[in-house]
Amino acid sequence: MHPGALALFFVLLLGGCADSPTDTVKIAFIGPLTGGVAANGLGGRNSADLAVRLRNADPRSRHRYELVVLDDECKPNIGVQVATKAAADDHVIAAVAHYCSAVAMGTVDVYHKFGMPAVVWGAVLPDVTYGNDFDEVHRVNGTMINQNDVAARFMTALGYRRWAIIHDTTDYGKGHDKYFSEALAAQGGTIVGRFGVTSDQQDFNAELTKIKELKPEVLYFGGLTPIGVRIRSQMDRLGMNTVFQGTSGIVSAAYIEGAGALAEGTVAFREGAPAERLPGGAMFLEAYAKQGYGDPPEAYGPFAFAATNLVIDAIEAVGPNRRRVVKQLNATRDYASAVGPITFDDHGQNTVPIISKFVVQDGRWVIWEDSDYARGKRKLPRPS
Amino acid sequence: MDPGLLGQYLLNGLVLGVIYAMVAVGFTLFFGVLDVIKFSHGDVVMAGAFVGLAAYAGLEHLGLHSPLLALALIVTAATAAMALFGAAAARYLVLPLRGAPPLNTLLATLMLGLALREAVRLFYPNGSNPKPFPRLLPVEAIDIGNFTLRYDSAIIVLGGLAAIFALHIFITRSRLGLAIRAVAQDAETARVMGIDFRAVVLATFALGSALAALAGVANGLYYSEVNFSMGLLLGVIGFSCAVVGGLGSVLGAILGGFLFAALQTAGAVWFAVPAYKDVFAFAAVILVMAWKPTGLISETPAERV
Repeated sequence: MHPGALALFFVLLLGGCADSPTDTVKIAFIGPLTGGVAANGLGGRNSADLAVRLRNADPRSRHRYELVVLDDECKPNIGVQVATKAAADDHVIAAVAHYCSAVAMGTVDVYHKFGMPAVVWGAVLPDVTYGNDFDEVHRVNGTMINQNDVAARFMTALGYRRWAIIHDTTDYGKGHDKYFSEALAAQGGTIVGRFGVTSDQQDFNAELTKIKELKPEVLYFGGLTPIGVRIRSQMDRLGMNTVFQGTSGIVSAAYIEGAGALAEGTVAFREGAPAERLPGGAMFLEAYAKQGYGDPPEAYGPFAFAATNLVIDAIEAVGPNRRRVVKQLNATRDYASAVGPITFDDHGQNTVPIISKFVVQDGRWVIWEDSDYARGKRKLPRPS
Repeated sequence: MDPGLLGQYLLNGLVLGVIYAMVAVGFTLFFGVLDVIKFSHGDVVMAGAFVGLAAYAGLEHLGLHSPLLALALIVTAATAAMALFGAAAARYLVLPLRGAPPLNTLLATLMLGLALREAVRLFYPNGSNPKPFPRLLPVEAIDIGNFTLRYDSAIIVLGGLAAIFALHIFITRSRLGLAIRAVAQDAETARVMGIDFRAVVLATFALGSALAALAGVANGLYYSEVNFSMGLLLGVIGFSCAVVGGLGSVLGAILGGFLFAALQTAGAVWFAVPAYKDVFAFAAVILVMAWKPTGLISETPAERV
């Protein structure tokens, strides 16, 4: 080929890349779309997509938005790969990112290095925002500190005193173990045994047999849905009549589907409130249903929706520029969102005061106060 | 230790042993007739369980709720589907690679397992979530002190043992079993004697895969839950059991299965942290391999399979 032609070819190629329409702004959505917690990732993805669709349908919108969807598989190494891919693309202005804390812990450095604003929509480990001073990192949902504090107060108030803990050995599970243990010690509860398990373990008979021997009143599980389902199912085989207490990691439709009838009476805690009780919940659920997505929004869908709207509003206000968007996000005070007012502290952490208590009743996660358990019609296994 | 709890550990070990043995027998059969290691075997276990689950969903859809009928259908559907799959894998993947280096077969079957796993995850409705497996066996339990024996655990152990015993009788007493042993011993001579080599290989793969499907169903019934990635560790454990027992020997695979389960159980009882049980069991496997590189029941050419 003639050298000139080759040069021309490259010029055209480069030109083609740089010449994407300036009025379309890209936002990355990162979450677990495959793997054991994919249900939550897909719910988040749809919710973020909903925010983008609604905005694009709004004639007052100054830009057109495009959601770049990336799968972190809930694995830190994959998460860092896809976060780098998004951050390295100048057209991607911000990221709405992560359900899994272990992944978020790995990627916050990437966002900082590339100066890309990121708003976490589901990961609850405190260190995601509090473990660094990165201006780029924000979070709309609460942390596991608040969650476990409420959990410990609530359960001790019900009269329980003896706990055994199973937690997965990721940052997420260890964090729950740590913060629940601290909160429980403050309330005067005791922990009779503590077992770390891998997040893909199948057989829990050994752990559960040991726990059965220790005779706790409550089995606290700090981990995600897949092994939560397994532990609950295997407890039954050993004839264990202990309260099963989970965290926000199991507040999902998938837990109830997986554990079936055994899910009844499982208690768990989560930041925020169920979608229908949130300030913008009814609007969100209605709009979500209209789009006809194949999967439910799951527990953190409203947070992904709120995070995406927050990012879009920041871009609308200051234009598609990463540095200005970071600054705009950091100044967020009393922003009205679907999950209630959002105010970021100096670590970019939303100071959400609401924690909801849940119990499974007839195959649904029901707010404790609305349940037959709170009314005394049904009873959790009592301390013997 | 409290005898009741010890009994609980033993029971769990026994169930695991039966499941491991059923998986390990497949590895040993395949190695016996073709000298190949089929690494998709663990995922066949998983796929078997999912076929059973799909059959059950179909039955529910038709409005039939008899547990006995459902169990019969699940077992039949799972074993038949996986037998067909096993034979097809042998016919179209393993046999054509027969002349290639063994590494190629190993890689190809590893990829086949991956494809199977991903297919279940992507195409089974909501396949990435753990699925509840129906409780079709009686769940009444006898409590003796701290020992809880649920009838379904006992039925799984007895059923699994019966299946393994039936396979053993089949291999040692039937004409097809004789042919399998003949091919394992010396494929060329077996051919000269008029044995249809390809048919025997296909039958062996069908047999091993059907047993794997049965292991998958037993696994589902025992844990009341199945998921797309459950075959991964089961495959590795089944393979280890077959190697420890002596690749090529059916008795060795059964022995290996129970030995591995015993090691895991012992590890769980001994260590304060049960998480060490797998480390302990696999380390013990390495020691056994160093002591008897050909496995506990070592292969003498005449005794293969």
